[in-house]
Amino acid sequence: MTGVRVLVGTRKGAFVLTSDGSRAQWDVSGPHFGGWEIYHLKGSPADQARLYASQSNGWFGQQIQRSDDGGKTWEPAGNKFDYDGVPGTHQWYDGTPHPWEFARVWHLEPSLTDPDTIYAGVEDAALFRSIDGGQEWHELAGLRGHGSGPSWQPGAGGMCLHTIVLDPDDPGRILVAISAAGVFRSDDAGRTWRAANRGLHSEGIPDPDAEVGHCVHRVAMHPSRPGVLFMQKHWDVMRSDDGGDSWREISGNLPTDFGFPIDVHAHEPDTIYVVPIKSDSEHYPPDGKLRVYRSRTGGDEWEPLTKGLPQSNCYVNVLRDAMAVDALDSCGVYFGTTGGQVYASSDAGDSWTPIVRDLPAVLSVEVQTLS
Amino acid sequence: MIRVVLPAHLRALAGVDGEVELALTGRATQRLVLDELEERYPTLRGTIRDRSTKQRRPFIRFFACEIDLSHQPPDAPLPDAVATGAQPLLVVGAMAGG
Repeated sequence: MTGVRVLVGTRKGAFVLTSDGSRAQWDVSGPHFGGWEIYHLKGSPADQARLYASQSNGWFGQQIQRSDDGGKTWEPAGNKFDYDGVPGTHQWYDGTPHPWEFARVWHLEPSLTDPDTIYAGVEDAALFRSIDGGQEWHELAGLRGHGSGPSWQPGAGGMCLHTIVLDPDDPGRILVAISAAGVFRSDDAGRTWRAANRGLHSEGIPDPDAEVGHCVHRVAMHPSRPGVLFMQKHWDVMRSDDGGDSWREISGNLPTDFGFPIDVHAHEPDTIYVVPIKSDSEHYPPDGKLRVYRSRTGGDEWEPLTKGLPQSNCYVNVLRDAMAVDALDSCGVYFGTTGGQVYASSDAGDSWTPIVRDLPAVLSVEVQTLS
Repeated sequence: MIRVVLPAHLRALAGVDGEVELALTGRATQRLVLDELEERYPTLRGTIRDRSTKQRRPFIRFFACEIDLSHQPPDAPLPDAVATGAQPLLVVGAMAGG
C-alpha cells in the first residue's frame, strides 16, 4: 500500500492531507495549532511517522511541535534558540549595525538518516541543530561567524535562513541560503562555511557580483545528483554543476524569471519546476494566469503548464517553501498559494487539480510518500 | 492561592482548561507568579516573557483589578486581591493585527 501525506503550513494553522496512491480523494485534517503561523512542517525521511512543525506568532513567540504518529497528535518540543556567544550585529535596512535577534524558525530540515536530528533555519539568519528530537537546540555558529556576517542585510521578509540542503552522499556537506546574504556551504558538518555565490548577478545590490548579499529565494537538489543545484533567485533562475562553487543562468524563455519556489522531479533529475511571478513589486503571476513552468532539459527551455490552473484573474503568490514533489511512479507535484489553494498534479505537472481551495494563506507545502 | 487566567492559545499549549491556580511562598509578584507558572508548565517558557532576559514579550499585557500592571516592575507586589486569590491575574494578548 502506498500513499501520500501533504503537510501544509498556513498563516493560521497546519493541515495534513492524505490520500492513497491514486491521489484522487483527499482526507483533510486540521487546523492543527489553529490561529498560529506555521511557517514550515516536515517529516523525517528516516521515520515517516515523525513530523516536526514550526509554530509561531507575534504574541507568544516560537514553539516547535513534534508528532510521532504522522500528525494525528503533537507534543511541544524545545523552543530555546539562543545564539552562541555574543550575538554581534548585522546590517539593518538603513545600513546601521543591528543586533542579531531571534524572531522565528522559517525552515525545519530533518536529518536524512536519524529521526532525532533536525536542523532549523531561523530569522535573524542562523542555523541550529537538535540531536534529541527537537528538545535542545544549539547554533552551528560557524555560519554566522563567517567574516561577512556583519554585512548581511535583511530582505523585505526579514533576514531569514530559509533553505537547508543536506547531501545524501556526503554527511559533512550542508548548503544553506539566506535572504539577503546568499548561499553558504559547509563541508565539515557545519563547523566552517564559505560563500557559494560565484556567478550570481544581482542588480539590486551595490556590487552586482559581490561575494555575498544576493537575495536567493530557494535552492533545490535531486538526491541522485547532489552536485547539481537549481536556484530561484530574486530575479534569475540559476544552476550549479559543482555543488555551488559556480552558478550560471538558466532562465531561458521564462516569461519572467522572478519567483520563489523551485523543485526537481522525483525521478528525472533534469526536470525542474518554477512558478514565474511578475516582479518583485507585484507578487502575482503575469497576466493573471497561474502557470507552473517545467524544464525537461535542466533549464533554459521551459514550457508552461496550465491545465487545471486558473488562467484569468488570478493574483495569488506561491511562496518559497510552498512546492514539493512525491516519489510515486508517476511523480506528483504540489504547490500552495497565498489564496489558500493547494494544487496537485499526479502526472508530473501535465494537469492540476485543487485538493483544497479555501485554506488560510499557504506558507509551506511538504510531501511524504508513504509505504 | 494565586489565580491566573491565560489566553486561549496558551491554555492550549499548557493543556489546561479555565483558570490556573498557583501556590506561592512569599509575597506575590509578577516574577514569582511567572516563575511558578513556567515551572508548572514548561511549555509556556518563552511565550509570556523572554527566556533569557525575562522581559515581558511586547504584545503581552498583565491586568488585574481593572488595572494595567504590565509596566509595573516585575518584583513589585501584586494587589492584595490577587495575592489572596480574590481576583485573578489576567495574562492577555494585546489587541493587535486584523
